[in-house]
Amino acid sequence: MFARQPDLLADRDAVEIVVDGTTVVARAGDTVAAAMLATGLSCIRTTPVSGTPRGPFCMMGVCFDCLVTIDGHASQQGCLVKVAPGMRVDTQHGARPIVVTAKDWT
Amino acid sequence: MSIVDVAIVGAGPAGMAAATRCREFGLDTTLYDEQSGSGGQIYRGITRSPLIQPEVLGAEYWQGAPLVRALEKSGAVHVPDATVWSATANDAGIALGLAVGTPGRRTSSVVQARAVILATGAMERPFPVPGWTLPGVIGAGSAQILLKTAGVVPQGRTVLAGSGPLLWLLAWQYLRAGIAFAAMLDTTPRGRLAKALRHAPDFARSPYFAKGRELVRDVRRRANVIEYVTTLAIDGDRAARAVRYTVDGREHTIPVDQVMLHQGVVPDVNLAQAAGCVLAWSPAQACFAPVVDAWGGTAVAGLYVAGDGAGIAGALAAVPRGRLAALAVANALGRINHVTRDSMARRDRGELAVAMRGRAFLDALYRPADTFLLPSGSTLVCRCEEIDAQTIIDLARQGCAGPNQMKAFVRCGMGPCQGRFCGLTVNALIAREQQRDPADVGYYRLRFPVKPVTLEEMAAGPRTPEAIQAVERLEKTETDPM
Repeated sequence: MFARQPDLLADRDAVEIVVDGTTVVARAGDTVAAAMLATGLSCIRTTPVSGTPRGPFCMMGVCFDCLVTIDGHASQQGCLVKVAPGMRVDTQHGARPIVVTAKDWT
Repeated sequence: MSIVDVAIVGAGPAGMAAATRCREFGLDTTLYDEQSGSGGQIYRGITRSPLIQPEVLGAEYWQGAPLVRALEKSGAVHVPDATVWSATANDAGIALGLAVGTPGRRTSSVVQARAVILATGAMERPFPVPGWTLPGVIGAGSAQILLKTAGVVPQGRTVLAGSGPLLWLLAWQYLRAGIAFAAMLDTTPRGRLAKALRHAPDFARSPYFAKGRELVRDVRRRANVIEYVTTLAIDGDRAARAVRYTVDGREHTIPVDQVMLHQGVVPDVNLAQAAGCVLAWSPAQACFAPVVDAWGGTAVAGLYVAGDGAGIAGALAAVPRGRLAALAVANALGRINHVTRDSMARRDRGELAVAMRGRAFLDALYRPADTFLLPSGSTLVCRCEEIDAQTIIDLARQGCAGPNQMKAFVRCGMGPCQGRFCGLTVNALIAREQQRDPADVGYYRLRFPVKPVTLEEMAAGPRTPEAIQAVERLEKTETDPM
């Protein structure tokens, strides 16, 4: 598993996010995927096709294996989104739920 | 719709240098990048790396800092968190489909540019070995990004496996940061060095030579480097648990908590190809790259490709390549005549020639072994749609015409990564099974959007007359079959 190496790092503000209902302390500047890996989590989703576990792989926005639900928005690339205080991150299992919200389009 | 003179996609060394040069000619320049800061992947996090000991990453990393400073002073507009998902030529130049913002606030819009420079860079080459999709298996470049941007490093038992300069660099950086790893499994085949040696005199004059030699020696001295690894597999149920590998015909197993894989980088061609650029097979680099002229110009008028996105040459070469594209744009848009363009280009071409020294050596030495380009059995080729090698091989044997027909048959390349992690493998397997040249087999026909964008994001964009016209139901006419 991965972990933060504190003696390498300058101080940064702590940012609390909520991962699957549990508060996790990340650091300002972290991406969601890095923050999740830093907590020791390596599997962050299961695939829609076979349900097998996956974790962040490329960390640069091309592999789509770090897809998570962020503040209710499904299939976001965790490696491209920075953590923000109070951000709610949920792991995805299988296909994302397709939620249709009625909106005033006029 | 916003209109700019030049839109540049990608804020790595090529994009930063191109934007800075465009501004020298007073061109209204906007630079789009998916990350929140400039630097690209090679200089990722350079403006805000939290690492307190800069020497951990090595001096080469910090060479990116002057590029960022020049960009910041240039007056170019830098739009972070921006995904360009289309690029379409029109009478006024190129229109870019753009999605900007954080989840829930991401909106899509269209930007019209008179000229566009794509500096979309490289990505790690697919490394389809058994278990490469398991959690705990990441790319070496990916591991570097975690180190550079967040100080997140492997704990417990770690194995680095593969070949190429970046794998050695990661090993060296880990050692400097005090991070131990059980082994580095070098998959560079026997005989490669001998083949590469004819390019050695050139490489000896390369800016990468002294550093590279020192770095490899240092890693060999301090780490458990196992050479001539001929097979590689990662075992595990829900995460990587062991690496199996073969040396001299004997199989060995190392228990692991994580594995960093790497076998070089290849151009990220999706946006360029979807925009209409012609791709060519590079036998030396075993990948496809857009065909460009000496300025980065492509088959699409007004569209240029600079940096590793136009063929792997590294960060030092990306800078003059970006500047040369900018010169061509300034000339095309009437800011400088061709005499000025050519005279200014002389210095950039000199710099490029120096940066390119020894590239042939690196290409020959680190060309992946066929074993690692040609998976078999149940090893996944397409990570997104979970299509295995045997499926591709069987269809190729039945006469599947090429990657596009393969896509139609089994959906490989149709997941969110849009073929980035399977296209080269599908090409290689078809080429072998049908005894064809990879150039003849070709690549996927890529289409917009090259990155997923939701209808909601598109609908949330500005309601310009063009946008409304694009989606509104057309008035019925006499000939309307409806």
